[in-house]
Amino acid sequence: MTERYVLAVDQGTTSTRSIVFDRAGRLVAVRQREHRQHFPRPGWVEHDPEEIWANTQLTAAQALRDVAASPGQVVALGIANQRETTVVWERATGRPLVRALVWQDTRTGPLVEELAARPEAALVRERTGLELAGYFAGPRLRWVLDNVRGARARAERGELLFGTMESWLVWNLTGGPDGGVHVTDVTNASRTLLMDVHRCRWDPELLDFFGVPAAMLPEIRPSVGVLGTATALPVPLPIGGTLGDQQAALFGQTCFAPGEAKCTYGTGSFLLQNTGTELVRSTHGLISTVAYQLAGEPVHYALEGSIAVTGALVQWLRDSLGLIGSAPEVETLARSVSDNGGCYVVPAFSGLLAPHWAGRARGLVAGLTSYVTKGHLARAVLEATGWQTRDVVRAMDADSRLPLTALRVDGGMTTNNLLMQFLADVLDSPVVRPMVGETVSLGAAYAAGLAVGVWSDTEALRRNWHRSAQWVPDPKRVAALDAAYPEWERAVQLSIAWGERP
Amino acid sequence: MPGTVQSIERAATLLHAIVESGGQMGVTELAGAVGLPKTTTHGLLRTLLAVGFVEQDQRTGRYTLGAGLLGLGSHYLDANELRSRASNWADSLAARSGFAVRLGTPAGLQVVVVHHVFRPDDSPQELEVGSVLPAHATAVGKILLASRPAMARMLADTRLEALTPRTIADPAALLAELSTVRARGWAEQQGEYRMGLGGIAAPVHGPGGLVVGALGVSGPVEELFADAARPALRGMVVEAAAAVSRELAT
Repeated sequence: MTERYVLAVDQGTTSTRSIVFDRAGRLVAVRQREHRQHFPRPGWVEHDPEEIWANTQLTAAQALRDVAASPGQVVALGIANQRETTVVWERATGRPLVRALVWQDTRTGPLVEELAARPEAALVRERTGLELAGYFAGPRLRWVLDNVRGARARAERGELLFGTMESWLVWNLTGGPDGGVHVTDVTNASRTLLMDVHRCRWDPELLDFFGVPAAMLPEIRPSVGVLGTATALPVPLPIGGTLGDQQAALFGQTCFAPGEAKCTYGTGSFLLQNTGTELVRSTHGLISTVAYQLAGEPVHYALEGSIAVTGALVQWLRDSLGLIGSAPEVETLARSVSDNGGCYVVPAFSGLLAPHWAGRARGLVAGLTSYVTKGHLARAVLEATGWQTRDVVRAMDADSRLPLTALRVDGGMTTNNLLMQFLADVLDSPVVRPMVGETVSLGAAYAAGLAVGVWSDTEALRRNWHRSAQWVPDPKRVAALDAAYPEWERAVQLSIAWGERP
Repeated sequence: MPGTVQSIERAATLLHAIVESGGQMGVTELAGAVGLPKTTTHGLLRTLLAVGFVEQDQRTGRYTLGAGLLGLGSHYLDANELRSRASNWADSLAARSGFAVRLGTPAGLQVVVVHHVFRPDDSPQELEVGSVLPAHATAVGKILLASRPAMARMLADTRLEALTPRTIADPAALLAELSTVRARGWAEQQGEYRMGLGGIAAPVHGPGGLVVGALGVSGPVEELFADAARPALRGMVVEAAAAVSRELAT
C-alpha cells in the first residue's frame, strides 16, 4: 500500500508551521516562518492577519514540496491555531479591518471590569463555562466594534466578518471573497464567551450582553469533519479538521478517555483534562471548555488550567535580563547551583490566570538575599513553571475527582530535563513525554486524517502513541517540595496583593 | 615553578608563522621562518596535523591553520542547547528506526549522554541523560574519537578496558578502526560495550564544521545488524545526524 500523508498547519503565536505526517504519525517534513509581533502600546499585542495568511501559503507549499509525494498521496489538511486571537475582516475584499488582537493583549481590561459590574454578568459563567476575562475573544471583538469608526453599522449590514485565526485561514483557503467558507470549530467557538457551551450554539443573550451582531459570526462546526476544499494551495486538499492549539495537543496526545490529561509547555502552559461527554463545572478556578467533537458525535469536554507565563519567563531572562544567550541555556545556569537559594519568582506579567484569575496581579521576585546568585534566579524561573502547574493540578484533582496518574507533557520546554524532573517531584506523579513532541500539529493532522479515513477511529491513533522519555518522582525531593509549597503560595498571594494596591 | 614546555612554545611560534605566511609556506620555508631544523619542524607539523590544528594542501604541500583550531575558539555549544535543537530529529529517528536514540558529546576521555529517546515499544526504560559511556566501546564514542585525534591518542595511551570479549582493547587496532570510521562517516559496535547490544552512530557538526556530538541508535545486535535492515538503518542514522547539523547551522 502506498504511503498516505496529512498536512497540518500550526498557526501559533510566534510562527506558522506546516508539518507533514505519515500514517504512523511520524513527522516527515516541517517548514516554519515567524511573523512580526506588533506592540503599539503597553499591553497591546497585534498580528497582521495578511502576513499570517501569506506565511501559511508559503510554508504549506514548501512542506508539500519537501515530501515530494506523488499527486494524491497527501490527502487532507488540518489546522490548529492560537486561540482567542481575534480577526475582523471585510467580506467583499478580504482585507482585515484592523490587525488581529492577540490572546496576550490586555486592552480589554477596563471594558471587562465594566461588563462584570452589570447584573447580567452571572449569565456569562453559567452559559459559557468560562470566567468573564479579557483573555477570551468576545471582549476583543466588542473593542473593535466600539473603537473602529463605522464598524458596528457595517457589521450589522453583514459587511464585516469575525473569526479566530482558523476561521480566517479556512475562509482564505477556500476562496476568500470568492466563495470562502465562513466557519469556526466548536473548540475555538467555546473560547469566545459568545457560545452556549451546552448546546454549542451562539447564544442570543450573550450576543446582546456583549453587543455583537450575529451577522458577522461564523457557523460553528465539529472539530473533525470536512469543511471544504483548500483551493489556494498548490494541490487542492480537503480541510478535514480544525482545533484550537491546546485542544489539538490533547487530541495529538490521544487523551480520548475521561481523566486523561496533558500539559503543553510553551510561551504559556495549558493543562487540559478530558472529562468525557459530561461538562464538569469547576469550583476551583479552572474553566470548562470543549475538547473536541467528531462530526455526528456528541461533544467531548475538558477542564482547563491556563497558565499565562512559563516559557515567556525564560525568554524574559534571556531578552530582558540578558542572563542567558538562548532559552535552553537556562538549564545550564540553573544547574550551577543545587537549589533556589530561597528565591521565588511569580511571573504575573499581565495578571494571573488559572486558578487565581487575578488580572491586576503583577510579577515579583521574593526571598532575595545577598546569597542569591543568577544561578538561583534561573532555578526559581524554572521552578515557577512547576509550582504553577501544581496550583492547576491541585484544582483539577479537587474538581474532577479523576486523580492524575501520569502527566503527559509536550512543547518546547520538555527538552529541559531539570524542569521535567522538578515537575515529577513537585506533582508527585510520573511525567511522560511522547515520541512526537509536535503534538499540536499532530492533533490537527489526526483530526483531518480521521475525517477522510486515513485512520479508522481514535483507537488506531492510540496505537501510534509511544513514550520517548519518562521522569519519575524522587520521594525525598517530593517531601522537600511539599514542605516548600506554602512559600510559593505566599509569594503568589503577595503578587496578587501588590496588584490590589490603592 | 617549573619552566615552560619547549615543544609547546615552538608549536605556538610555528602557528604564528603559518598565519603570517598566509598559507604560502611548506616545511622548508617554515623551518627557515622559525629558525628550527627541518626535521624538528616536520615533527611539530605532523603532530599539529594529527590533532587538526593545521592542514596541508595535498598538491603544494603548504600549510594553513586547521579547522580544529578555528573550531576551538569560534563556538562553544551548550549541551542543553544541543539537546533542544536535536530533539525533533532524535524523536523522528527513534520513531522511524524503532530503536532507542542517544546523543553524546565528549567529556574528558569519555562520552556523556546529553539526550536519550526511548525505544518506541513502551517497555520500561530509564532516562540516561547525564550518564557516561566509554568512548572506545560505543558507536557514539568512536565518532567523537575519530574527529579528535588527540583525544584518541590519549585514550589509546591509557589501558583500554576490555568490557566484553569483543571490545577493541588494542590501541593500534582502535586507531585503525577510527581511521575507517573517519573515512566512511559512520561507526558501529557489535557487543563491544555490553554482550549482545550494539550501536550505529554518525557525526553531528556544529556551525563551524567541527564535530560537536554523535547521534546514534542502539539495540540488540541481531536486530540492529540483520542483513536486510542494515543499510536502511545506517542511512537513517546518517540522515538524522546531518539534519541536526543543518539545524545547528541555521
